[in-house]
Amino acid sequence: MFSHKIIEKNSTLLLVLSLLVVTIGGIIEIVPTFYLENTIEKVKGMRPYSPLELMGHNIYKREGCNLCHSQMIRPFRDEVERYGHYSLAAESMYDHPFVWGSKRTGPDLARVGGRYSDEWHREHLKDPRSVVPESIMPGYPFLKAPLKVHDIAAHLRANQRLGVPYTEEQIEAAAVDMVSQADPDSDGAEDVVSRYPKAQVRDFDGDPTTLTEMDALIAYLQMLGTLVDFSTYSVEENSR
Amino acid sequence: MDLYTELRQFADSWGLLYMMLIFIVVLFFVFRPGSKSYYEHQARIPLDEETSPDDKK
Amino acid sequence: MDPLSTVFAVALSGIATLLTLYFASQAQDTIFFVHMIIFALAAGLFTIYLARKCDFSREQMATPQGDDPGSYQGTYSDGIVRLGVIATIFWGIVGFTVGVVIAFQLAFPALNFDLPFTNFGRLRPLHTSAVIFAFGGNALIATSLYIVQRTCRVRLAFEPLAWFVFWGYQLFIVLAATGYLMGSTQAKEYAEPEWYVDLWLTVVWVAYLLVFMMTLMRRKEPHIYVANWFFLSFIVTVAMLHVVNGLALPVSPFGSHSYAAFSGVQSALVQWWYGHNAVGFFLTAGFLGMMYYFIPKQANRPVYSYRLSIIHFWSLIFLYIWAGPHHLHYTALPDWAQTLGMVFSVMLWMPSWGGMINGLMTLSGAWDKLRTDPILRMLVASVAFYGMSTFEGPLMSIRSVNGLSHYTDWTIGHVHSGALGWNALISFGAIYYLAPKLWSRREMYSLRLINWHFWIATLGIVIYAASMWVSGITQGLMWREYNADGFLVYSFAETVLILHPFYVMRAVGGLMFLFGAWIMAYNVWRTIRGERRVDQPVSEVITVGA
Repeated sequence: MFSHKIIEKNSTLLLVLSLLVVTIGGIIEIVPTFYLENTIEKVKGMRPYSPLELMGHNIYKREGCNLCHSQMIRPFRDEVERYGHYSLAAESMYDHPFVWGSKRTGPDLARVGGRYSDEWHREHLKDPRSVVPESIMPGYPFLKAPLKVHDIAAHLRANQRLGVPYTEEQIEAAAVDMVSQADPDSDGAEDVVSRYPKAQVRDFDGDPTTLTEMDALIAYLQMLGTLVDFSTYSVEENSR
Repeated sequence: MDLYTELRQFADSWGLLYMMLIFIVVLFFVFRPGSKSYYEHQARIPLDEETSPDDKK
Repeated sequence: MDPLSTVFAVALSGIATLLTLYFASQAQDTIFFVHMIIFALAAGLFTIYLARKCDFSREQMATPQGDDPGSYQGTYSDGIVRLGVIATIFWGIVGFTVGVVIAFQLAFPALNFDLPFTNFGRLRPLHTSAVIFAFGGNALIATSLYIVQRTCRVRLAFEPLAWFVFWGYQLFIVLAATGYLMGSTQAKEYAEPEWYVDLWLTVVWVAYLLVFMMTLMRRKEPHIYVANWFFLSFIVTVAMLHVVNGLALPVSPFGSHSYAAFSGVQSALVQWWYGHNAVGFFLTAGFLGMMYYFIPKQANRPVYSYRLSIIHFWSLIFLYIWAGPHHLHYTALPDWAQTLGMVFSVMLWMPSWGGMINGLMTLSGAWDKLRTDPILRMLVASVAFYGMSTFEGPLMSIRSVNGLSHYTDWTIGHVHSGALGWNALISFGAIYYLAPKLWSRREMYSLRLINWHFWIATLGIVIYAASMWVSGITQGLMWREYNADGFLVYSFAETVLILHPFYVMRAVGGLMFLFGAWIMAYNVWRTIRGERRVDQPVSEVITVGA
């Protein structure tokens, strides 16, 4: 008959059994979220990041913005009034990984897009207390550095391999699109909008001569929360 | 019935029962009468050892 | 090692040196270049070190030494534990210092200096990784390798591999830390290092598992003592969590950047399954292994109930793994997963307190020892803090409570009462227990200094936790405050302004805790030098004070 004495004397069995015991919970919780169809809501308007937005998203992660700013509005009256419609799973479906955050040392940014002018963002990023005296955010004047990317197409390609629906056309045009989005007078400016609907095309950092990290970060921030068309979103169909 | 409801009902009934049973069996096994003296030796393992692997008590 | 395996190891690390140099030459970004050079330097130094140890004299060739258990002269291999204790103290002070710095940055933002490497966003992962993985990890490696030898009555298996584990782990820490400062991160909390650092840690961790497992298998004691169960499950579960959560696709094999395999809601669930079980298995199971050894040893009594420890073990590891989703209450994670996370978190209260009672009751009938023995007092206080945090944790995992506490400093206070109170205090206790034994001294240099350390650290923790508790609840309530006309009362900026005094208090609490660690470093240093301070006995001091 089975006895606990066997486990106490057999290290391999102890190893296998404890591994088994810790796998159960993980499997039951994690695996269904990949297969249950209602995990991610069906919405109109979500699209992959434009190349410039993707680079902005990467700078956001590089500087650890997600450690103080959440991107996940909870369905509470005060949060919805303060930040806008509560966040949907669909809105971060192309984020590898998610940047929902776990702490609000600063406000939520899930719908910060369009709330402030580019100029405000520039000043705020350079010297936060010049526009919000109470702020305890660090200054990021060094974002005026030119945006350095070794191979932007490779970034889109990696995302595509992980399931983000970038088209071959988008990947081929990635390098041009990245520059054009911050240069409204360029030839490619219109193509950016046709490839990435609702993409905002303008010189974000006020310095038309150089494509900077500031351009990328502000392009990303101004896009946040602006993609999903909530006029066609049905709460009942997406209840979980 | 969709997959979610099926899984949910299974987990709420048989799944729950199964885990309860395992828990009770484990509890009984460890605390069954007469096992106390058996475990007294193990509890003393760290106290009986000293400076070298060859120190045997 | 015998000469042949040394030659093999020299060849292997020589190839590694060349390979990493090649990768450095192809590097697409500065971070990758710097890291490949660090790798190459480490591998190169290792090659030279090994090559110098090669001895082809006839006697060496004729009598292979090494992993034959029969050849040992009846001692435990403690060199690695000695080094581990020093590394624990060193990284502890580094981690606490960075913590104090970022605490002051939150109170006085000018301290960010507006430079890339000094801003909060890059220093914060440096702090968390330094305290959890560098300080906690070294404490776990050192104590687990000490305990497994004693309780199995056998020397470490694969001793050269154990040395590789130690140095390989230090290399991982250096790579992770320098990466954070340069802005290299996967943006997953407590799993920030990039893909190649993750791969390196996997190699080191598998080696650790191998050393631990083989030592267990060679044991001379028929039973496996319960502390080793906790260590074993800690090692194997962390391996599983690390590999699954670390899955990522590099943009290029010659670049530092990668994208995580999972996205959005699934990546959130996998990340907090990892994140919570980093707490559950790294910071709980592993440290419980310490508790089940050092408290009985220091009190010189067997654990209160060995049978309870068996229940404690199986229920703890089973329940913990489910608890992750409580980090995602009211988010876009499906409700069923949130509910599961909450229910299991609340149930987790039982095994946690079972373990705490087991640790504390070990002293039953010997409570007077707390008056005279500051080391035992430190160990017992750590278990008491464990009890408090594991009561607060399930409370905060209840959805309605979490609605208030989440996103606020309450979470930060909770984490620190656990990390400083439980993990750090029990590690300090273990260090005070180990130092005299490892360096063959009769006692620590000064027991009174341990007493000072204990009180300064405990007071620091209380100030820290209390200020964060008040700060978190204040801000959480202000966010949801409505006036009579139905408008939100406070702007976000106003809720930040009011926290300033609590942030200053918190930084002071942290500073005290850091000061305590310096006292310990001094005390251990004098102990290693073989000195003893002539102290008034601790019991008299306390009686006079009381």
